[in-house]
Amino acid sequence: MKWVRRGAMAFLVAVFAASMLANFIAPASYAYQFRELPDAAPSSQHWLGTDDLGRDRLSRLLYGTRVSLLLAPAAALVSCALAAAIGGAAGFAGGWLESAVMAATDLVLSLPWLFLLITVRAFLPLNVAPIASVAITFALLGCLGWAAAARVVCADARTLKNSEIALLARATGSGGLRLLWRHMVPNLKPVLYAQFWISIPVFILTEANLSILGLGVAEPLPSWGGLLRELEDLTSFSAQPWLFAPLILLVLTVSCFHVVVREEEMWG
Amino acid sequence: MGSVVGKPRRRLVRKLSGHVARILVVLLAGGFLGATLVRLAPGYGTNPEELDSRLSAASIQALRQARGANEGLASFYAHYLERLVRGGLGESQTLNEPVRQLLAERFPETLQSVGLGLALGWMAGLALAMAAVMSRTGIAGVAAGLLASILLCVPAAVLALLFVIVQAPGRLVIGLIVFPNIFHYARNLLARAAAMPHVLTARAKGLGNARVLLRHILPVAAPQLLALAGVSVSMAFAAAIPVEVLCDLPGIGQLAWKAAMGRDLPLLVNLTMIVTLITLVANTVADLVAQPRQAGEA
Repeated sequence: MKWVRRGAMAFLVAVFAASMLANFIAPASYAYQFRELPDAAPSSQHWLGTDDLGRDRLSRLLYGTRVSLLLAPAAALVSCALAAAIGGAAGFAGGWLESAVMAATDLVLSLPWLFLLITVRAFLPLNVAPIASVAITFALLGCLGWAAAARVVCADARTLKNSEIALLARATGSGGLRLLWRHMVPNLKPVLYAQFWISIPVFILTEANLSILGLGVAEPLPSWGGLLRELEDLTSFSAQPWLFAPLILLVLTVSCFHVVVREEEMWG
Repeated sequence: MGSVVGKPRRRLVRKLSGHVARILVVLLAGGFLGATLVRLAPGYGTNPEELDSRLSAASIQALRQARGANEGLASFYAHYLERLVRGGLGESQTLNEPVRQLLAERFPETLQSVGLGLALGWMAGLALAMAAVMSRTGIAGVAAGLLASILLCVPAAVLALLFVIVQAPGRLVIGLIVFPNIFHYARNLLARAAAMPHVLTARAKGLGNARVLLRHILPVAAPQLLALAGVSVSMAFAAAIPVEVLCDLPGIGQLAWKAAMGRDLPLLVNLTMIVTLITLVANTVADLVAQPRQAGEA
């Protein structure tokens, strides 16, 4: 299965590189409107056609990929940092702190994910600039997605605290912050890496759901969710098959993330 | 004899009261958090009426007082709890209807969708997981795994849109969201149980597939599968939002979305609290049912 993981990694690198080079390889800016060509079918000029405002779909796909692929990992980084701080501190300290943190984790995990997100999103202003909407969407994902990872980190930190590594470190005089920083944190890295990779596809899919519902990234900035909203106007699969390009790219990318994260890490 | 029978019952009652206390604490904390967010949200208490240039400062102040816009956080929460104890959930700001009435109208629709979705997701997920673990050729496992992996990569909202295009019943989408999660977890749990020494011994003694599965594999995996049942309720309710919005099903998922788009915060907080209560109760029931099995195994 090694070659499958390598292939998935290569695909992710290629998609990431293409989205980063969007400024150079995209036929136009994501917001540029070819007013004489609204709703155009694919052609040599516009490989995926244009939308109802005459914007080049391929350009919007490339820029939208950049938004999703840059900000989902950023949100995953935030959620992992929170999980490390909260779960790590709880597991290391134990006692009432661990019980309190686990109770808070239970509360967050018992809230259906999308309900929680749209509730918190609604508390913030909805009519904001596109850039602000991107920041709000992914900041919410990062700040609210820590609970599952914190639970895993807490369990690992508890095991580490009672391990021989910690015992030896204590015997050589390490304690408190030094024990935490020098011996616990490096040993928590593998679990944090795994949680980071697991969170990325979750956040990509959540952004897509939120944007399709009109609560995610605001127009004219493209994102995979925003581009998928065009499917709402479709009457049959064969009518405009090129509208499925964002969906195919999203499914392939999320699948590759799932392949890269080993199966046992995902499903226990 | 009586004390021997009474002990597990007492333990169960203690456990049950512990769970009820936990749910109450979580709801009180969640309610406080929700009330805090509503009270502190930008624009709380403002009303277009105040923009009327003919109104004096005193009149605007009186209007704000009447709406409770100047209320402090503690008194806001106290009023919220007081109303809640009396069974009042307040009034929707955008729909101008009591939240209780809206819930009564829309809850049956969501219960139907979620119930059907859970039933479909579990039947398909568990059946295919069992087939994948028990099948000798492995084709069933690979095919089901592939289908589950693809479904896992498609956002619920897109699945709902695809169902709208083919004019299929939107309720089935919840089943497709629940299915891959159930399949993956159940397959791993059953595979782990199937590799245990007592199962290998049973097979070596010539027991048939069905008997090995029912008598030796499922009982071992049952507690974790029950825990998964509790979690799947939360998954199904989350999937209900995009499904009800895009397939135009008038349930509480659609109501929550309308409340979010209209920034109807009191309605949204009440809906979230109710869904949280349902998922907490589902998790508690799953936990209580799984507990005696785990104790029995131990």
